[in-house]
Amino acid sequence: MSVSEREARVLGIIETARGKRGKFRDAQVTMSHGAGGKATQSMIEGLFVPAFGSETLAAMGDAGAVAVDGSALAMTTDAFVVRPIRFPGGSIGELAVNGTINDLAVSGARALALTLSLVLEEGLPAEDLRAEVAAIAAAAQAAGVQIVAGDTKVVERGHADAMYVCTTGLGRVDPRARLSPAGLRPGDRILVSGTVGDHGTAIMLARGEFDLDAEIESDTRSLWPVADALLEAAGPALHCMRDATRGGVASVLNELARASGAAVLVREADIPVDPVVAGAAEILGIDPLYVANEGKLVAVVAPEAADAALAALRAVPGCEAAAEIGRVHAEPPGMVLMETAFGGRRVVDQLVGDPLPRIC
Amino acid sequence: VKYVDEFRDPQLGRALAAEVLSLVEPDRHYKLMEVCGGHTHSIYKFGIDDLLPENVELVHGPGCPVCVIPMGRVDDGIAIAHQPGVIFTCFGDMLRIPGSDGSLLEAKAAGADVRMVYSPLDALRIAKQNPDRDVVFFAIGFETTAPSTALTLLRARAEGVRNFFCMCNHVTIVPPLRALLDSPDLRLDGFIGPGHVSTVVGARPFEFIPADYGKPLVVAGFEPLDVLQAVQMILRQLAEGRCEVENQYTRVVPYEGNTRALQVMAEVFALRPHFEWRGLGFISQSALRLSDAFADFDAELRYSVPGVRVADPKACQCGEVLKGVIKPFECKVFGTACTPERPIGTCMVSPEGACAAYYNYGRFARERTLV
Repeated sequence: MSVSEREARVLGIIETARGKRGKFRDAQVTMSHGAGGKATQSMIEGLFVPAFGSETLAAMGDAGAVAVDGSALAMTTDAFVVRPIRFPGGSIGELAVNGTINDLAVSGARALALTLSLVLEEGLPAEDLRAEVAAIAAAAQAAGVQIVAGDTKVVERGHADAMYVCTTGLGRVDPRARLSPAGLRPGDRILVSGTVGDHGTAIMLARGEFDLDAEIESDTRSLWPVADALLEAAGPALHCMRDATRGGVASVLNELARASGAAVLVREADIPVDPVVAGAAEILGIDPLYVANEGKLVAVVAPEAADAALAALRAVPGCEAAAEIGRVHAEPPGMVLMETAFGGRRVVDQLVGDPLPRIC
Repeated sequence: VKYVDEFRDPQLGRALAAEVLSLVEPDRHYKLMEVCGGHTHSIYKFGIDDLLPENVELVHGPGCPVCVIPMGRVDDGIAIAHQPGVIFTCFGDMLRIPGSDGSLLEAKAAGADVRMVYSPLDALRIAKQNPDRDVVFFAIGFETTAPSTALTLLRARAEGVRNFFCMCNHVTIVPPLRALLDSPDLRLDGFIGPGHVSTVVGARPFEFIPADYGKPLVVAGFEPLDVLQAVQMILRQLAEGRCEVENQYTRVVPYEGNTRALQVMAEVFALRPHFEWRGLGFISQSALRLSDAFADFDAELRYSVPGVRVADPKACQCGEVLKGVIKPFECKVFGTACTPERPIGTCMVSPEGACAAYYNYGRFARERTLV
């Protein structure tokens, strides 16, 4: 067997192994399980999904579908543990409202109502609590969503980090939406709604652990207007949307390639990255494609509607930098590849481990 | 950092690739070793080998600082991290290196106060912020990072910081290269020299490679055009029948190195008689310890550690990978038992490790096409 034949055989074995459902075999929980990469996926696929046996959960959407008397609803929930709680461009409260609205929005659902749970650390200054309550109220009002129920717990000092916020959202699925993470078809175009990596970079710098001064703001925002514009422009030709939070755009693309058994090829030169983010990422040795966003989505659109969808995206305020970054192929199944700006080609894998701090 | 774009220009890349093509003899197979893990990472990340002719093969070398740390040293580090009151600091990719019973990341999950830092100065700052705790910095790296450890120790001494300690695992680049060149199972045509190390030691220490072993070496930077140009310069030497040390990375590397950095290192460190390298075994005079003048800062003197030599797992072929004898995919456990999420060997952990770079970026056979 020649070297390249042996290489191809080994690669084949690896791809088969990677296609299998993840197993949760770790002795203890590590930070990797919260990073949105492979360890998270193994925990969800190997522990949560089999335990709860819900078909909706197994579909691994950003929100679960619930049918009530013929109306299609979507439900989702999210916990926020970011440190520091206030950062350039936003705060934990704003993040908690937008994050849940966004999980609904990329599932094609407009948020109707939210619930809010707070876990507060003893000693939290009342001023901080007031500020976050105001931020939550402002974000909810801006998105036209009501907060209809809530709960508060306080834990001893040192048993939580200032405050944790959980939000649960209920939304109505838009009749225009025909979305599925398994909906990628060869030829489909991949769009992003703006520059990638802003939120995660802003948080890392806000923690002050690196002596780097750069003006980067979190991109936290409601994505419903973005989803709405795409649904209007592309309708059923919009095959899928995902908000690129933990693990960034790279993780989203891997999840979609895996769910649909298709390949994704992205063009590095076409991926919009703010030059300041690119510079900070270069210094920190991280790839913006893996860095969290809190106001950016990835959309997969049939080729005939791609131009209209991109034009509609760019017309949404704040999405002027939206771009088409790649396309879907049939082979090799489940893989994400990149044409590097330098002219080579490489794999874009799922995130392993998490060198990065709590970002959402 | 906008300037890096100039060194990633695809048009210049294609022009260089054409020059490379014009320099190779079609029937000859060229094997070039990039010594440094930073080069390995660049080669895969930018897809540089896609621009090379098929008969120019890049072989990965031993210059990955995290990869060469043996299991016993990781165990010693974990033992210190578990001491009461200790804050244990290290670079991020060190956290996931497996010891004989888990990694530092697992020690952290089990209760040890292990913190990732980006520089030894961050560790010193943590020491000053926590005067009632011992802060230990697990120092790794070749001559690239050794000066920053040395400067940090000098500052700690000048500022009278008494709770800062260093577990020194610094290694030097020349001894493993000599060991590699002496091993019979490797046929190489030339070397891409380590750019970062050379900013400190200069290009002169590599002169023994052409002089004693008859192989050209070109010190290179880490951007894709740097690497391609280094390949072109090596091939040009071969085509013209020359064999010497050349410096591609002149914008950063002075031929004589950085004398101030070398002085600082000489003040703070002393050569160890021998040191174990993961997969390569013991290599004499290949590593640094703190000099006697800095004994008060030496974590290995402050704490009793197991200090046991732990054999590498049987299945692990990191040694062969580090010597460039086998390609990552030729290792028996590559990608199956040993993956980035469950590494057996160090080469699968560090972003500069050949196996991790190949698994994460290169895991797509060149001849396969997208449909």
